[in-house]
Amino acid sequence: MAEVAFVRHEMEPPQAPPSGQVGPARWLRENLFSSWLNALLTIASVALLWWLVSHMLPWFAHGVWNAGSLTECRQIIQATWGEGASGACFAVIRERWQQFLFGFYPVHLYWRPTLTFFLLLAALAPVLVSELPRRLLWFSAAFPGLCYWLLWGGSLWVPIAIYAGFVVGHLAQRLLAAAGYGLVAPFAAALATVLWWLYLVGPVADAFASVVPLALTPVASKLFGGFMLSTVIGMTGIAFSLPLGVLLALGRRSDMFIVKALSIGFIEFIRGVPLITLLLVATFLLNVFLPPGTNFDIILRVIIMVTLFAAAYMAETIRGGLAALPRGQYEAADALGLDYWKSMRLIIMPQALKISIPSIVGNFISLFKDTTLVAIIGLLDPLGLVTSIRADSNWNGIVWELYGFVALLFLLCCYGMSQYSRYLERKLRTDRR
Amino acid sequence: MKQRFLFGSAIALVLAAGAASGATLDDVKARGTLKCGVNSGLAGFAAPDAAGKWEGFDIAVCRALAAAVLGDAEKVEFTPTTTETRFTALASGEVDVLSRNSTWTFSRDVDLKFTFAGVNYYDGQGFMVSKDLGVTSAKELDGATVCIQTGTTTELNLADWFKTNGITYQPVPIATNAEANQQFQAGACDAYTTDASGLAASRATYENPDNWIILPEIISKEPLGPLVRQGDDQWADIVRWTLNALIAAEDYGITAANADEMATTSENPEIKRLLGTEGDLGAMFGLDKDWAKRAIQARGNYGEIFAANIGEGTPSNIARGLNAQWTDGGLIFSPPFR
Repeated sequence: MAEVAFVRHEMEPPQAPPSGQVGPARWLRENLFSSWLNALLTIASVALLWWLVSHMLPWFAHGVWNAGSLTECRQIIQATWGEGASGACFAVIRERWQQFLFGFYPVHLYWRPTLTFFLLLAALAPVLVSELPRRLLWFSAAFPGLCYWLLWGGSLWVPIAIYAGFVVGHLAQRLLAAAGYGLVAPFAAALATVLWWLYLVGPVADAFASVVPLALTPVASKLFGGFMLSTVIGMTGIAFSLPLGVLLALGRRSDMFIVKALSIGFIEFIRGVPLITLLLVATFLLNVFLPPGTNFDIILRVIIMVTLFAAAYMAETIRGGLAALPRGQYEAADALGLDYWKSMRLIIMPQALKISIPSIVGNFISLFKDTTLVAIIGLLDPLGLVTSIRADSNWNGIVWELYGFVALLFLLCCYGMSQYSRYLERKLRTDRR
Repeated sequence: MKQRFLFGSAIALVLAAGAASGATLDDVKARGTLKCGVNSGLAGFAAPDAAGKWEGFDIAVCRALAAAVLGDAEKVEFTPTTTETRFTALASGEVDVLSRNSTWTFSRDVDLKFTFAGVNYYDGQGFMVSKDLGVTSAKELDGATVCIQTGTTTELNLADWFKTNGITYQPVPIATNAEANQQFQAGACDAYTTDASGLAASRATYENPDNWIILPEIISKEPLGPLVRQGDDQWADIVRWTLNALIAAEDYGITAANADEMATTSENPEIKRLLGTEGDLGAMFGLDKDWAKRAIQARGNYGEIFAANIGEGTPSNIARGLNAQWTDGGLIFSPPFR
């Protein structure tokens, strides 16, 4: 019998990897200390972080939330943490946070902006999330009027009468088209709408209001302020600049000479001028041109200027998306026999907008942050309010707490927007090319 | 129903072209509120409280005016203005009166076509230094670094003054008062210069106010007061004499508390004329007899307003100084009510 050499029956259990190759040690070595330079940078960063935290943490930890003035804050900090200790005086935020959110809006009416905010979320939902039933979009369309009524008060019939202008325009177009004047119908419809707005909105709204009032206590826009003002300006700008931007972008690529020239002129003019200039024009020049005593609401002026400004940038962003589409898409749309608007609506725009999403959201974010510029023309947005609050003799001398709070609010909003943009990009990624 | 005009303000553009404002007084009465342009925030002079109610030294002038014209000190719409927007707001009619620590200068009065209704605060540019610097007079500041807000008249005053005194300085330009205070406390400059009232207010907010001293030199004249558009003399008179009424009231010892009593008991004919018990001064510019009494009752006489907002004991802690009554060696003075 031949001797059988020893044969292993079972595998040797694998040895644990060397201690430097597993767990945190490996992660540290690969990510933080992979070379001398990286090691140095790591150590420097940690030192910097430590320096920041060690300086800021006591400031936060010593923070005082219950005090009536800065002096009282300081006394409390001295009493609790010893002579020479410094700390945050968050009491100012505790006292003024409502002002930061609502400005000078009457306290007993705070429910109106609050409700408007939640309705805004509800109105945005169907726009932002396509899984929701499409019929909800009607609510989104009705929201601007509702928002105006809730925030400014007055009669509900005014926004309804303004909406009715669209119906009037639509009817005018239908009637004229049916009567065989298809060519002039769109212009006549636009004219009818404008005439309705100019001359009939007031009387019609008054007539209805005299029967069924449906009125809320009016609130002057002078009382708007704080984060609510930023949101109103920002959201209106965002909501109206997108459709306006789409139209301008299409106008710029149009074959019709006048439309094209007007679009280019408008876009280039607005893009050639800083926003603050437009805001100053809204405050100063319009005032000088209007007859003295005319009350052309300042917030409305600002909203118009901000919207026009954002629309010009939006137009260029969308034009970029349009240019990125291959010619084949346009030709395919033509080949299907779609007319211009149908091909744009069904084929070109969905793709162009998808390409432009990151830049569109970028535009939105910068528009939202630009609303703080209105502090320069004397509107009390969060930054303007900081000046006012610091002028209160109780809180004069506070800096970091107030600006930090404003920064935090803006950070939350802008971060939310950019997260949404990333969600949208992931969802719409079809890897077509 | 003015909400309708918010959306339809384009309509206003077309329709209201002819509606140039007539007498401001009639507009204010018809509207039922006084539109007052104020600083969007200056310690002691104008600031909203937690409930959004404006108070301060400049605000009190608006309150008194509203009380005189409309009979209610609360019927004021405040429009916060910045240094850039203030004069346009007044010129365009967005506000009826501007009570916003604005210096009365030749060019503003003549070229910008405003009428200054008087002076409610005599300010002047001063210097603040650290106690450790060991300086007791601004003339010892040779070669010092000076923090200064850019684009203000203080910048020009500073250059003029140092030139006149033959000494040199290094300007440290800074944009806002808040930043200037931070920089100054951090030692970025030896001295900080701005209006003396501003220095006092800033110093009061420092952690250790006693470590900082305000030098005695005042290097410029800054008479601050309410102003109106030129061309409506009746309105300018109302603003001027409302302010004068507050000043005269302090002179004669009329306070918010005793005005009613003084009106009936005082034997002084001038007090009687002022408070409307004798003669009818108010009717001469379209107001009733009690206009001045109501103005005084709004926030008190000049001295009471000063003491409540910026005087000694308040955080600003400003001494009356130039702003004392003429009888106490100050410049505050009202022409006679006759």
